[in-house]
Amino acid sequence: MSDDSCGAPAGGVTITKDKAGKEAIVEGRVLRADGNPVATGYARLLGTGDEFVAEVPLGDDGGFRFFAAPGDWTLRVLAPGGVRLEQTVSADIGHVTTVEFAV
Amino acid sequence: MSRSDALVDADWVESRIDTPGTVIVEVDEDTSAYDKGHIPSAIKIDWKKDLQDPVRRDFVDKIGFEALLSERGIANDDTVVLYGGNNNWFAAYAYWYFKLYGHQNVLLLDGGRKKWELDSRELTRDVPSRAKTSYTAAEQDASLRALRDEVIAAIGKRNLVDVRSPDEFSGRLLAPAHLPQEQSQRGGHIPTAKNVPWSKAANEDGTFKADQELTDLYAGEAGVDFGKDTIAYCRIGERSAHTWFVLHEILDLPNVKNYDGSWTEYGSLVGVPIEIGEGK
Repeated sequence: MSDDSCGAPAGGVTITKDKAGKEAIVEGRVLRADGNPVATGYARLLGTGDEFVAEVPLGDDGGFRFFAAPGDWTLRVLAPGGVRLEQTVSADIGHVTTVEFAV
Repeated sequence: MSRSDALVDADWVESRIDTPGTVIVEVDEDTSAYDKGHIPSAIKIDWKKDLQDPVRRDFVDKIGFEALLSERGIANDDTVVLYGGNNNWFAAYAYWYFKLYGHQNVLLLDGGRKKWELDSRELTRDVPSRAKTSYTAAEQDASLRALRDEVIAAIGKRNLVDVRSPDEFSGRLLAPAHLPQEQSQRGGHIPTAKNVPWSKAANEDGTFKADQELTDLYAGEAGVDFGKDTIAYCRIGERSAHTWFVLHEILDLPNVKNYDGSWTEYGSLVGVPIEIGEGK
């Protein structure tokens, strides 16, 4: 993953809570009922009024991560088979907010 | 150019897999995506390793582009169908690039990799073998690309369309929300630019919105004057290639340029005007 691009990084969750630094990180995983990851799909970060902010493909471990601004966000997960799930989250500078989706 | 000349849907692409004279090409920001599975018969172009000069900040030159396409087995008269992840950002960037170097028969798969995946269409890890060609590129088409000085001269005179997110436009963020916040020296936007995030042109599945919706978005809601020339920019030029595609290829507006230097260049220039906040 190049950090001078605007695109979607490879998914996966590796940042630990003490590494958030000055970032407001929202990350998580999408799992099936049997606990296996959903590796094909997308996580979207939406602001007020469903305003699109960012989107990443899910990693092999079903993971996703956003470097958000502080505040309240909606996370939406899209996956094959018409899967469309949502959760609201709050992001704070210096913190990693973790979210889990069950399909 | 119009929507039907530039965009194809997944059924169309599926019907042309392994068709001689059609080359399907995946261009992703996540360059490992192709290796995990791609449309059958598709080859890969790496937007950075293949399309960027390895030393200077610029494209590969004409000779480099010719060598790339020759090595990948793309001929001058082939129809090239581009697709990629992330709502086709980098596929649109590659499309613009192919047009810059004069390849006429180039198409974009509407919805790109995302729509293909969400539809559960076939992906393969088989890498096709293509015979080398002897590709000849045209000189770069300067009518499609804006450089720094032209952008500065366009302030207050032409449409400047900043396609980044509102937080980047206002200067609150320097990069999209899924990337670490670094890069340009200053935040904000080019004075007089209209903020029309690229995402407003796309549906949730990555396909482009209908022509009338797009016209309403730019000319109506955002106040872009379709009677004037336009320059689109983002952070490094690929999201703005997506918007360039909308304005120049789908809506058929003349004189639309992509500023690929974008905010990583402009936001680090000494002495140029910058506006912060929501725009005027």
